[in-house]
Amino acid sequence: MTHALNRAGRRGDRRSARSLLPAAPFAAGRPGGRRPLILALLIAAFAAALATVGPGVAHAEGEQVRGTLTTSASGPIEGVTITVETPDGDEIDSVETDEAGRFAVDLPGPGDYVVSLDADSLPEGVDVGSAGDTRTVTVETGRRLPVNFGLTDGTTGGSGRILAIQLFVDGLRFGLLIAMCAVGLSLIFGTTGLTNFAHGELVTLGAVVAFFINSHGVPLIAAGLIAVVVGGLVGALNELGLWRPLRRRGTGLVAALVVSIGLSLAARYLIQTFYGGRSNAYIDYQSQRARDYGILTLTDRDLYSIIISVIVLVAVAVMLQRTRIGKAMRAVADNRDLAASSGIDVNRVILVVWVMGGALAALGGVLLGLSDQVQWDMGFRLLLLMFAGVTLGGLGTAYGALVGSVIVGIFVQMSTLVIPDDVKYVGGLLLLIVILIIRPQGILGSRARIG
Amino acid sequence: MSDLLDAFALGVRAMFTYQAIFFALLAIGLNVHFGYTGLLNFGQIAFAMLGGFGIAISVSKWGLPFWAGVLVGLLAAVVLALLLGLPTLRLRADYLAIVTIAAAEALRLLFRSVSATPITNSTLGISAFNGGFLRLSPWGTSGRYNILGTRWNGGELWVITVGWTLVILTSVLVFLLMRSPWGRVLRAVREDEDAARALGKNVYSYKMQSLVLGGLFGALGGMVYAVGTGSAQPDQYQNANTFLAYGALILGGAATVLGPIIGAMLLWFIIAFSDSALSALLSDDRTFFGLFQINEVFSQTDVAYARFIIIGLGIMFLMIFRPQGIIGDRREVMLDAR
Repeated sequence: MTHALNRAGRRGDRRSARSLLPAAPFAAGRPGGRRPLILALLIAAFAAALATVGPGVAHAEGEQVRGTLTTSASGPIEGVTITVETPDGDEIDSVETDEAGRFAVDLPGPGDYVVSLDADSLPEGVDVGSAGDTRTVTVETGRRLPVNFGLTDGTTGGSGRILAIQLFVDGLRFGLLIAMCAVGLSLIFGTTGLTNFAHGELVTLGAVVAFFINSHGVPLIAAGLIAVVVGGLVGALNELGLWRPLRRRGTGLVAALVVSIGLSLAARYLIQTFYGGRSNAYIDYQSQRARDYGILTLTDRDLYSIIISVIVLVAVAVMLQRTRIGKAMRAVADNRDLAASSGIDVNRVILVVWVMGGALAALGGVLLGLSDQVQWDMGFRLLLLMFAGVTLGGLGTAYGALVGSVIVGIFVQMSTLVIPDDVKYVGGLLLLIVILIIRPQGILGSRARIG
Repeated sequence: MSDLLDAFALGVRAMFTYQAIFFALLAIGLNVHFGYTGLLNFGQIAFAMLGGFGIAISVSKWGLPFWAGVLVGLLAAVVLALLLGLPTLRLRADYLAIVTIAAAEALRLLFRSVSATPITNSTLGISAFNGGFLRLSPWGTSGRYNILGTRWNGGELWVITVGWTLVILTSVLVFLLMRSPWGRVLRAVREDEDAARALGKNVYSYKMQSLVLGGLFGALGGMVYAVGTGSAQPDQYQNANTFLAYGALILGGAATVLGPIIGAMLLWFIIAFSDSALSALLSDDRTFFGLFQINEVFSQTDVAYARFIIIGLGIMFLMIFRPQGIIGDRREVMLDAR
């Protein structure tokens, strides 16, 4: 949960003061990407408007605690008493929030302070969050510290969201993302027999490249396109620089699998060396509010994420079904020797598969970074769900990867209805084990492949 | 130059620490799985985590004596091996790889989740459970001892004494088992499963026994690590450790008795040496052949990542160019997926 709070602080910091004041709740602005529980509470936001100079700020240089009281249903809340005391109980000041729900209290100096809110003066239906109505904060020298009371609406009213549907749609978005990354994984497996454990790093690479280019002021869409191209190139590099020579040497599949593990480890920590251990969001599209669609809320970026995934996946399916190279891919995946003897250039097909797999994984990473922030090990964590999806659908089949991944995505998100949010991946991985017991060849796989 | 000598001394000391024992035991377990049976277990760290937490939870949450904690840990490892093996051992090798890596990650997430706080203390982990172990020490555990110019405290010394004894015992066991008819069947399974089956051997059962045995060694490793650090935290048992253990195994030589031990010691020498040598390199304003100042490009935290990059690349190149490692036999490691 601390993760979500950090994010709240950072989001707030980045927004301009003006866009804040109507106060879109940050959590509702991101329906459930990873924190549906917060969403379910409809936490109202507070936001730290560092740029705002609120009324009654005498000297901007000194220490201060400040914040905004607002919820999505009630809007900014005026006239709530905020009291600041020292830990010993000496009162510093007591103020009421202004018409924009803001409060700011100047402090005599750095140190620990207890900020409390008079819960009785809150309007009907609004309540303080589970953390109570007091906050103990440590203010450093010269810092104007934002304080968040995490107000809740109590009711889920207003938007009329149905949690299950919300989670379903969110799971669909997540599942399509997994599918996009996993199609390449599955096709690589199908055409070369390689279980590529380094596929997750292609996902991370996409997100990290997009983040770096975006942070230099290039719009995210352009940055994302560059990232996809880079992903495709790295995919080609993988094939030409490593896997093709290895196939030529006659390296066994188990040895190749271990090599891919080594590559994954090296690549992951190389990315961490350059990127660092923090999680960052892109500059663009961060301050979007969730739109209300009656039974669910969705930000525009999540909506576009779904649309982009669907378009890309349909394009991939059409390509596999209709085009020459697509048919060749399926032929190689089905029976490599037969394909080779009927005149298909197997190595060229495999190269195209790698380029496509790399590009798709990078695109998946870009979109994942949009909803879940960019992290150095995001791809590795996604890899396990990709495996779950690919296995569920049937290892080696492109459509199986698609179907399986979407099911896994929806399952993982919907499982938070019953299990805590931070163990939701566990559910997906348990699903994987259950599938292997019941139907090891997966939904669309053939019995012969599994040994 | 003196920096390098210091780094070298640290590296030599690291070859005998409980971390090296930890990886040696993990690698001995993996050797049974991967080297002798051809099973791809990428979740060895899960067995270690169950071992470490088996002791920690039994002692500090349930109030059991130390040896009972050891039994609980071993039992948990057996259960995990059975759970992982049941669905996957009939399938091709890579299914086990996927399931074990997934299970290890899932278990770690489960142990560190907020809802597991009553049992595992979530991310904080459990500490102060090794009193019962330290009391068994024949010498004082608080004193400091000098051995051949390296300094150890008494507790550490007791942990590594027990640890290396375990390494030797498990290695002798592996040596005897692999000479026995049972071990020959395992190798037959590795080389040609169908042939072994045609000779009337129950391949599934042999694979399962191998998985359980190797998992037990992994759990022992986790226990040594837990008493060595004096605490058990879920995040100590990151997936990357399994790969480090693979690195040790492949470096030393899979399908040999001494390979994993040599590999683990060398691995820790490399890690400790490169860590301190790189740190020394960064501590003063050295330049990279006059081109740029090294410590402006790489920070101290990057040094910690460097070990994983080195090991990752090491696994790749060893697997490609010398899959038998230092003392292995190339014919023994020509594995292929079935």
